[in-house]
Amino acid sequence: MKSSAEIVIIGAGISGLATAYNLAVRGMKDIVVIEKGYITSGSTGRCGAGVRQQWGTEMNCRLSKASCEILENLEEILDYKRSIEFKQGGYLLFATTEKEVEQFEKNVTLQNSLGINSSMLSIDEALEIVPDMNTEGVMAFAFHQKDGHANPFHTTFAYAEAARRLGVEINTYTTVTGIKVENGRIESVITDKGEIKTHRILNAAGGFAKDIGRMVGVELPLKPERHEILVTEPVEPILGPMLMSFSWNFYIQQEPNGTFIMGYGEPNNPESQKIDSSWHFAQEMARKAIGVYPPLSRVRVVRQWAGLYMMTPDSQPIYGSIPGVDGFYIAAGFSGHGFMFGPITGVLMAEYILGEEPEIPINMLDVGRFERGELIYEPSVV
Amino acid sequence: MEEKTVVCRCEDITVEEIEELIDLGYDEIEEIKRITRCSMGPCQGRTCRNLLIQVVASKTGKKIDELHIPTYRPPAKNIKMTALAGGDEDEK
Repeated sequence: MKSSAEIVIIGAGISGLATAYNLAVRGMKDIVVIEKGYITSGSTGRCGAGVRQQWGTEMNCRLSKASCEILENLEEILDYKRSIEFKQGGYLLFATTEKEVEQFEKNVTLQNSLGINSSMLSIDEALEIVPDMNTEGVMAFAFHQKDGHANPFHTTFAYAEAARRLGVEINTYTTVTGIKVENGRIESVITDKGEIKTHRILNAAGGFAKDIGRMVGVELPLKPERHEILVTEPVEPILGPMLMSFSWNFYIQQEPNGTFIMGYGEPNNPESQKIDSSWHFAQEMARKAIGVYPPLSRVRVVRQWAGLYMMTPDSQPIYGSIPGVDGFYIAAGFSGHGFMFGPITGVLMAEYILGEEPEIPINMLDVGRFERGELIYEPSVV
Repeated sequence: MEEKTVVCRCEDITVEEIEELIDLGYDEIEEIKRITRCSMGPCQGRTCRNLLIQVVASKTGKKIDELHIPTYRPPAKNIKMTALAGGDEDEK
């Protein structure tokens, strides 16, 4: 492991590695990534693999559209020899109340104004796309064809390989135990395998970003939550789009390899960094899934697991730096959407760290917005 | 005929494919598993996980107790969604 670095990035998930790659490609040398597990061992590798542009705030629409456009060409950009299993089968969102129909109509108008060609669909139109779903209790749908799926492992390994070719050092099974700050400036990162002198740190620690903040005496407004997922055996492709409902609280998608991946968010989820699995989730998920998509009843579940959402008070990420700790950068609090935002996170954070103007202005996503009361609440989260 | 030794029957992954990844610098089982899906299919590694561990150990020259070994996740056995949801006569 290097003993000094231009920047130390904490976390080898999509955010950390996409930023490492984008810094390296812009010419930064001596980039060191520290990861306490293996690459993708945290939230990235545990996520639902969905990629969508149907959001309710302008910022999330812009971030997700830019991210999706990078994913469309990622294998070429990073010269990755395998497939990232990118699939644009669309997201079909269920509106089940008058209020939700109104919210989706507002969202679609906003999305269309930003170049995202989503639309409202009637029950009949939606049934043309997914003939065998149960639409009982559904009032309307929102749909966008370019939403879909990418394999979180391959996407992240694509960044890891490209970053390594540019000289980035990735240290797995290495834990950050402390950060030295002197006179308000970062001086070094201490790990269980040695100390690295550096004046810059990127906190891309996902579900552990709050713990990293505390190492420099900052209490970030973040709340880790356990979210569970299950996956089935692979079967022949029968479901094109992701089925998702905010009010009924579920998402179900068939992945390109034929498996179905699905999850929901526990209401009143307590703060926790536990990632064990529950019987309750498996049972409840199976009931929800069969209810909306009956063909799933005969499909077998092969695995369930859990990962952490890192929630912010407005369900939008924190990008930027921390006032009072010179050289401490943050890309965290993605509230369950860090994987799909990852490719654009890498570009924006690299530009920001290098003192360039980020291609999408991110100043309104700084950590100070919570103190200023300038929250930009995202209504569309599972 | 081309010589192939299959490690993972669910995902059809061979010894040669795993060794090739190790040659590329992937020496962690957790990472090899996620790139190849070896031991992520319907058997969930109950057939192939130990074979994968042996291939990685012998190719990297590491002892098995030096390797980070993936966990088994629930359920212990594949189960139909309808049985999970609480009612399928076939599963009795």
